[in-house]
Amino acid sequence: MGTDLEPRTFRVTRDDLVAYAAASGDHNPIHQDDEVARSVGLPGVIAHGMFTMALAARYVEEWVGRRGQVLTIGAKFTKPVPVPPEGAEVEVSGVYEHQGDDKVVSLTVTCNGEQVLGRLKATLRA
Amino acid sequence: MPIDKSLVGRSFPPTRPYAVSEENVRAFVTATGGEYDGGPAPATYPIVVAFDAMNDFLEAEQVDLFRIVHGEQGFSYLRAVEPGDVLTATLTVASLRQIGGADIIGTTSVITDEGGAEVCTGTATIVHRGEA
Repeated sequence: MGTDLEPRTFRVTRDDLVAYAAASGDHNPIHQDDEVARSVGLPGVIAHGMFTMALAARYVEEWVGRRGQVLTIGAKFTKPVPVPPEGAEVEVSGVYEHQGDDKVVSLTVTCNGEQVLGRLKATLRA
Repeated sequence: MPIDKSLVGRSFPPTRPYAVSEENVRAFVTATGGEYDGGPAPATYPIVVAFDAMNDFLEAEQVDLFRIVHGEQGFSYLRAVEPGDVLTATLTVASLRQIGGADIIGTTSVITDEGGAEVCTGTATIVHRGEA
């Protein structure tokens, strides 16, 4: 049995996505422009998958208390995170446990009650 | 237009060296609502370099960025990224599948420092939706 981490809710706005695009270099217009997003079958502007994963990494690193302790992190982007003009909320929770010699945080990220990242896991420096 | 199958196993030229600065790391951290007062970069920060590698790849293959959706991403670290690092990513196409008119492209980007030592590896699956 692992230890449950306190769940947290993160608010995401379109301004955050603009700032993230500038900081990450990912200027894919599906994260800025409703029309382009719809043209490829999305419901409208969605968050960068890596934005959502960055929130999960932040959740882990703030729980650990410092950065630089993550050995691996990864996920499948299973569902888009739509970010309407009024913004969206993303909930992150996690379970910490030892798996053999590894210190593992298994994470769950949801938006509107739906899981948006699959197999999201971080392993930490021993 | 489907992506050329012969790409599997091909490595692309290393990306332009990217200098990690406190300023760049702070911009990344604050964009996701966090606070930064120096020290190692956050765990998903190397996407900055991995994304450069992906952009170069897409450009070489004449794929439009807006037709791309990120399917999976992982990072595996040998050491944390720190301000002062000068990083380069070398992307290799690891796999390619076609499902229902979409190309599912698996890539591996090895990220090295100025001395050529590996810092981390990014693995990504990107989905390319062809024209309808």
